[in-house]
Amino acid sequence: MLEETLKRIQAHKGVVGTIVVNAEGIPIRTTLDNSTTVQYAGLLHQLTMKARSTVRDIDPQNDLTFLRIRSKKHEIMVAPDKEYLLIVIQNPCE
Amino acid sequence: TELSTSKLKHKWSYLNSVTGDEDASTEMGEGLDEWAAAKTLIKPPDQLELTEAELKEEFTRILTANNPHAPQNIVRYSFKERTYKPISYVDQMAIHFSLNGNMILKDSDEGRCQNARLSTEADSKIISEEEEAEETGTAEAAEAAEAEELPPPRPKERKLANQFNFIERASKTLNNPLRDRACQSEPTPCKNFSATANQWEIYDAYVEELQKMEKSKEKEKPRAHIAKKEEKRRGRKSTSLESQSDDITKVSKAAKIMERMVNQNTFDDIAQDFKYFEDASDEYRDQQGTLLPLWKFQYDKTKRLAVTAISWNPKYKDLFAVGYGSYDFMKQSQGMLLLYTMKNPSFPEYIFSSESGIMCLDIHNDHPHLVAVGFYDGNVAIYNLKKPSSQPSHKSSAKSGKHMDPVWQVSVLFLSSNLLLFMWNLLCLQNELVHTDVIKLSVEGTTMQGPEGLQLQTFGCGTSFDFHKKIDYLFLVGTEEGKIYKCSKCYSSQFLDVFEAHHMAVDAVSWNPYHMKVFISCSSDWTVKIWDHTIKTPMFIYDLNSAVGDVAWSPYSSTVFAAVTTDGKAHVFDLSVNKYEAICTQVVVAKKKNKITHIQFNPVYPVVIIGDDRGHVTCLKLSPNLRRMPKEKKGQEVKKGPEVEIAKLDKLLNLVREPAGQAGR
Repeated sequence: MLEETLKRIQAHKGVVGTIVVNAEGIPIRTTLDNSTTVQYAGLLHQLTMKARSTVRDIDPQNDLTFLRIRSKKHEIMVAPDKEYLLIVIQNPCE
Repeated sequence: TELSTSKLKHKWSYLNSVTGDEDASTEMGEGLDEWAAAKTLIKPPDQLELTEAELKEEFTRILTANNPHAPQNIVRYSFKERTYKPISYVDQMAIHFSLNGNMILKDSDEGRCQNARLSTEADSKIISEEEEAEETGTAEAAEAAEAEELPPPRPKERKLANQFNFIERASKTLNNPLRDRACQSEPTPCKNFSATANQWEIYDAYVEELQKMEKSKEKEKPRAHIAKKEEKRRGRKSTSLESQSDDITKVSKAAKIMERMVNQNTFDDIAQDFKYFEDASDEYRDQQGTLLPLWKFQYDKTKRLAVTAISWNPKYKDLFAVGYGSYDFMKQSQGMLLLYTMKNPSFPEYIFSSESGIMCLDIHNDHPHLVAVGFYDGNVAIYNLKKPSSQPSHKSSAKSGKHMDPVWQVSVLFLSSNLLLFMWNLLCLQNELVHTDVIKLSVEGTTMQGPEGLQLQTFGCGTSFDFHKKIDYLFLVGTEEGKIYKCSKCYSSQFLDVFEAHHMAVDAVSWNPYHMKVFISCSSDWTVKIWDHTIKTPMFIYDLNSAVGDVAWSPYSSTVFAAVTTDGKAHVFDLSVNKYEAICTQVVVAKKKNKITHIQFNPVYPVVIIGDDRGHVTCLKLSPNLRRMPKEKKGQEVKKGPEVEIAKLDKLLNLVREPAGQAGR
C-alpha cells in the first residue's frame, strides 16, 4: 500500500524526486542521485528538527504536520513522521 | 739671524701696544733702538682703537687654583626634594696627563706571587744550566744533583689548601635494579548521552509517564490469564519485527499527507476555485446560475462500470463513497466501492471490489466508518473502513436470507426489488447479519380498484425509498410502475397511502429536508414532480425532455433542488426564484453518449457530485445565483434557520394549492 502511494507520488505531474529519511538523517530510499540526496537529507533534516522544536516550544501539545518551502524554481515538501521524514520536490505547474 | 730679529721686532711692537705704558715702551724702545735704529713703530690694521684714558687703565690679573674648564654651576636633581639643586662644590681638578705605572708593592699579594714566580724561574734556570754543565759528566751525579735540587723547590710549591688533612673517601652502595609493575582495572562501560531539555521534551516525558500509569492501572484489573499471555506473545512478536530493519511502512501516514500536498500543487487552481471563486457574472445573468466544473475523479479499474450510487460521508465533509456496477441487466460484471476525498483527486482513499455489481450504498450516520452496500445479486454487505481488508466485514448469504432480487436502495435498511424491506441488524457479538422484515408488500396486498372496476393486481417492485427526516416511522417507497407508497414502520403489510406518480419507474424519491410535508420524485418518464403528502396531486411538475436519473434537494435551501438527465445535463431549480423553469441547465459530461446516473449535494460546501455511466465522478461548484438566500428587508433582521425555509416553501405552496384546490379533485 505504501509502495503504491510512493510510486504514485513519484509518477505525479511535476514531481522531481522523492526521498525517505530516517530519524538520524540518513536517507533510506530515494529517486535522485547520491550527492543530491545526501545534501537534501542533511539540510532538510536539520530544518525540520528546528521547525518542530519551534512549534512545540510555543505549545508542547502541538506538533509539526508538514513543512512546505516554496522557492523560485520548485517546491520542497516535507512530511515528518515520528521516526521518518518524507521529502518530495515538485515543480508546481503555473 | 735676520729672520729672528724681525720676529723680535714684531713682538716688541705688540707688547708696546698692549701695555700702553710709555715708560716701558720707551725703555724697550730705547734698548731696541740701539741695535735696530732704522725701524719705526707699525700699528697692525686691526688694532683696537682706545682712548688715552682707556690706555692708562690698569688691569689686575689674579692667579687662582680654579680650573677654568670646570663648570661653575652644576645643578643636580634631588629626588628627595624633587627639585633641581645647585651643587656647592665643584671638583676643580684638571688632569693634564695620566700614565699607569707598573710598580707593585712588595708586601701585597701580587708582589709575593711575583716573587715566588721569579724565584722558581731562577731555580729552573739554575737546574737547566747545571744539567747542561753536567751533561758531559756522569749521569748519576746529574740526577743526584737534580734530586737534591728538586725537593727544596717542592715545599715552596705545595699549596696548603686546608688546615686539616682533608682526604676524600667515597663508597657506593649497590643500586637495586628498578622494575615497572602496573595494573589496570577494566574501564567501566561508558556511554555518550546528549539531549536537549526543551519544554516539549519535558511534556513528552510527562505524557509517557501518564500513559504508563494508565496501562499499569488497566493491567491491575482482573483479566483472564490467557489474554495476558496472548498480549505478551503479541508484544514479543511486534518487538522482534521492529528490531529487524527500518520499517518503512510507518511512513504511510506521511506519504498520504504528501500525496495530498502534491495533488494540491498540481490542481492548485481548482482548489482555489473551489474555495474562493464566486462567479461575478451571475449578477448580469438575471437569475440564471452556472455550475463550475472542478475535479474529475476516475479510477482505471472502473472505466467500464457505471456509477450506481453516491453518498457523502456524514462526518468527513470531503469524503464521499461511490458504488460501481451496471444498469445493463443483460451484462452484469463485478462491482467496486471506492471512497474518494476532495483533497486527493487522483486516487481513491479506499478501494473495495466485489463479485457482483453494487446497486446502492449508504453510510451510517453515527458510525461513519461503516458503509452498507446492496448488490445486484441480492446480497447486502457492510464494509468497515477502519479495517484494512478489502472484503466486507459482514455479508449476507443465502443462509441468512438474502434478497431474491437486486437490492435497490440502502439506508440502514435495505429495500429489494420485490418490496421486501428488511431491517438488517448487525449483531455484534455473534458477528452476523440478521434481518427482520419491516414491511412486506406482497402481491396480494396491492390490489387496486381500477376505474372499470377491475381488480388490478399490481406487482410491487420497489426502486427507491426515503425515510422522513423527522418522523421516524414514516417513509416513502417508489416502485417500478410509477407509484409511490407512503408507509409506516408500524404497519408491516399495509401502506398508508399511494400516489399515482409517474408512468414509468420512479427513480428517486426524497423528502424535503426542511418542510415536513413536501417530497420530490423523479422518473424515467422525463418528469420531476413535487408533492405534498397530504394531497394526491403534485404541486409542481417539470418536464426535462429526457429520462431523469436522479433528483436531490439542496441542504441549504428548501426551494432549491437539482436533477440530472440521461442526456448529460444537470438542471438546478429554485422555486423561490422561478417556479416554472430551471435556473441552470448545463451539460456536465463531456461525451454525448454519457448518461448521468446520480447527483448529490455536499452538506457543507457549495458543490455537487455527479456520477455517470462511464465510471467518472465530476465535482461542480454552484454559482452564487443557485445559492440565493432570502434578501434582507429594511428594518428586519435576517432570520436564518429551518423556520425560514419552511415558511418560504409554504408561501409557494399556498400559491399553488389554492388553484389546485379550486380546480377540484
